[in-house]
Amino acid sequence: MAESRHLLDVDDLTREDIERVLESARSFAEVLRRPIKKVPSLRGKTVVNLFYEPSTRTRMSFEVAAKRLSADVMNFTASTSSVEKGESLKDTALTLEAMGVDAVVIRHPVAGAPWLLRQWLEAAILNAGDGMHAHPTQALLDLFTLCDRLGDLEGRTIAYVGDILHSRVARSGIKACRAMGMEVLVVAPPTLLPPAELEGVETGHDLDAVIPRCDALYMLRIQKERQEEGRFPSLEEYTHLYQLNPRRLGKARPGVVVMHPGPMNRGVEIASEVADAPMAAITAQVASGVAVRMAVLFTLLGGAEGGERVA
Amino acid sequence: MPELLIEGARLIDPFNRLDGVMDVAVSRGRIAAVGKTLEKEGREVLDARGKVLAPGFLEVHAHLREPGREDAETLQSGLEAALHGGYTAVCCMPNTEPPLDNAAIAEAVAARARELGLADLFPVGCISRGREGRELAEMALMHLSAARVCAFSDDGSGVQDAGLMRRAMEYVTAFGALIISHAEDAALSLGGQVNEGAVSTAMGLRGIPALAEEVMVARDLLLAEETGCRLHLAHLSTARSVRMLRDAKKRGVPVTAEATPHHLLMSDRDIDGYDTVFKVNPPLRTPADMQALRKATGDGIIDAVASDHAPHTLEDKEREFDYAPFGVVGMESVFPMLYSELVLTGALDLTRLIELLTSGPARVLGVPATDYGMGIIVGARADLVLLDVDGTWTLDAREFASKGRNCPFHGRVVKGRIHCTLKNGKIAYRAPNTGSA
Repeated sequence: MAESRHLLDVDDLTREDIERVLESARSFAEVLRRPIKKVPSLRGKTVVNLFYEPSTRTRMSFEVAAKRLSADVMNFTASTSSVEKGESLKDTALTLEAMGVDAVVIRHPVAGAPWLLRQWLEAAILNAGDGMHAHPTQALLDLFTLCDRLGDLEGRTIAYVGDILHSRVARSGIKACRAMGMEVLVVAPPTLLPPAELEGVETGHDLDAVIPRCDALYMLRIQKERQEEGRFPSLEEYTHLYQLNPRRLGKARPGVVVMHPGPMNRGVEIASEVADAPMAAITAQVASGVAVRMAVLFTLLGGAEGGERVA
Repeated sequence: MPELLIEGARLIDPFNRLDGVMDVAVSRGRIAAVGKTLEKEGREVLDARGKVLAPGFLEVHAHLREPGREDAETLQSGLEAALHGGYTAVCCMPNTEPPLDNAAIAEAVAARARELGLADLFPVGCISRGREGRELAEMALMHLSAARVCAFSDDGSGVQDAGLMRRAMEYVTAFGALIISHAEDAALSLGGQVNEGAVSTAMGLRGIPALAEEVMVARDLLLAEETGCRLHLAHLSTARSVRMLRDAKKRGVPVTAEATPHHLLMSDRDIDGYDTVFKVNPPLRTPADMQALRKATGDGIIDAVASDHAPHTLEDKEREFDYAPFGVVGMESVFPMLYSELVLTGALDLTRLIELLTSGPARVLGVPATDYGMGIIVGARADLVLLDVDGTWTLDAREFASKGRNCPFHGRVVKGRIHCTLKNGKIAYRAPNTGSA
């Protein structure tokens, strides 16, 4: 990221870059604990949230992060915008360019949309999720949460469980964890795995067999439409095989961290008792999100100009 | 009409198995003489020394978009593109709007092409009404019409109903027509954007598995074997399809197949970022698939090279990957790309490449020799292409006669150029900066 003005995927980051962002996020997390949770680091900068897919949580997280840095924030939600009138991504980009925005946070249902945007915009591009491809800030906030709970991540083991095939969270998360020296397992029915092996990742189908080996269990959201696509026969069957429930959690290592990108289907991929248990870091992930996104925005927009990090 | 003498070219004519330096005299649109040294007097002389003279190419698979999408291509721009690419005859696929599924529309398209007087046009008709895959189109009426439709396809999508495909194949055996299969099982390719595998996984795009093609290739080979219908497999893309084709030919199944330059020269590893110019159907496959196709092209299992010319407007292509249409333009880059990448690298010899562009497609289609395919002999129509095999130049899609700019080879430095294309004895296209005859 040192050379790039953009954050499109975790591939853009070296381990040193990641460590710098996490370090910076730690100072911002400290800011967020103050009575006045705001610093002037990005005063005068304009950040646009360009959301072609509804995602209240991610949009709010970016919005809060930008505002805590004193940036001006505009929200552009596709369903209520010119897109409905048929405007192309290119024309939207050119409009934003003409307005002189400094950063565009884009969420889009199609993989690669942020890469397209980069061709037409001078502004920094932050990928807030593109199709089933990438979600780099989620990966960074997950690492932040993991570091907080586990300390050094080198040699630790994490399992991603569930719909790996359609998950941008898993795709970016796996890369980020590997970059930090973690061992990564994926556990899913074969119909929810990608067609090609993920590099350096061990694949399995038996959650019970995997749980005792893990320092962290990352439960992915299961969407009902996958059942309609015929990828598994019923939610009941999925739940029976892949739900993280108290019985399964009982076999885990002490200090295991349970994660979920939200929103959860309680009672499907994760039992309520587990979601609310102390080892669940799910709300901590949300909190980390703001600090990490502040760190990313600061690094892309303020860092190069020697802007003030923390007032 | 002044007579023309094409002087001193290396003549390569796969129809008549000719290969040698000869003069060719053209008179009244036909070849008047072929010989070592012909009389120049009274004839306009085209100095062709150092160049290769071949029969005009036959494009077996192009999308010309008229009627319906004249913003993307018209018969005029498409047939001009053909001449620029060395083609003197073109088969156009029927997935227009409306589709070519009845005699009236096929005749209208054929008549319009005749009026233009550019390259010849052989329209391909639909197998099913509206290309909907439900009931047979009036194939015999199209065949008997002035358009003389001799091949049928629902290209753009596969015929999903095996029962309908079987009936189509049985039916056309009555008049000896050809069925062209776009082999794609829609349930297997559903929503796919690129080849399913490592690349689709890394890009986060839905994959089109090789199986989507192979399942239907297997089915159609069995149907052709059963019905005796002549079957042509369009744009083959996988190693297993090639293997099945090879086995079927060995068993005597009446089948032919084509490969496209983009599948012969690129794999899914070449997809650059999310540039939709690389989005084609069938998708660019793995390097191993590409190698299998090359081998089959060299050893005669693949019968023809087809460009699968699919022009799209810039607005349509300059979109998010999932939303952009499939397809690349091809007719103007086929010869230079294959010559540079396969012939000059020693993977394919020049004579074989010319076969794949002339006698190969003619054999596939079975068009009457009077229409296309007598080669360079006295009395044959002077539909010829003169190839400059030495010149180095840069492919620039902005200079294409086609309206389509969606060319993945744009900007490539290549050798081999269409020096000029003769249609009915007249120079119908001449490369820029090559002087007059």
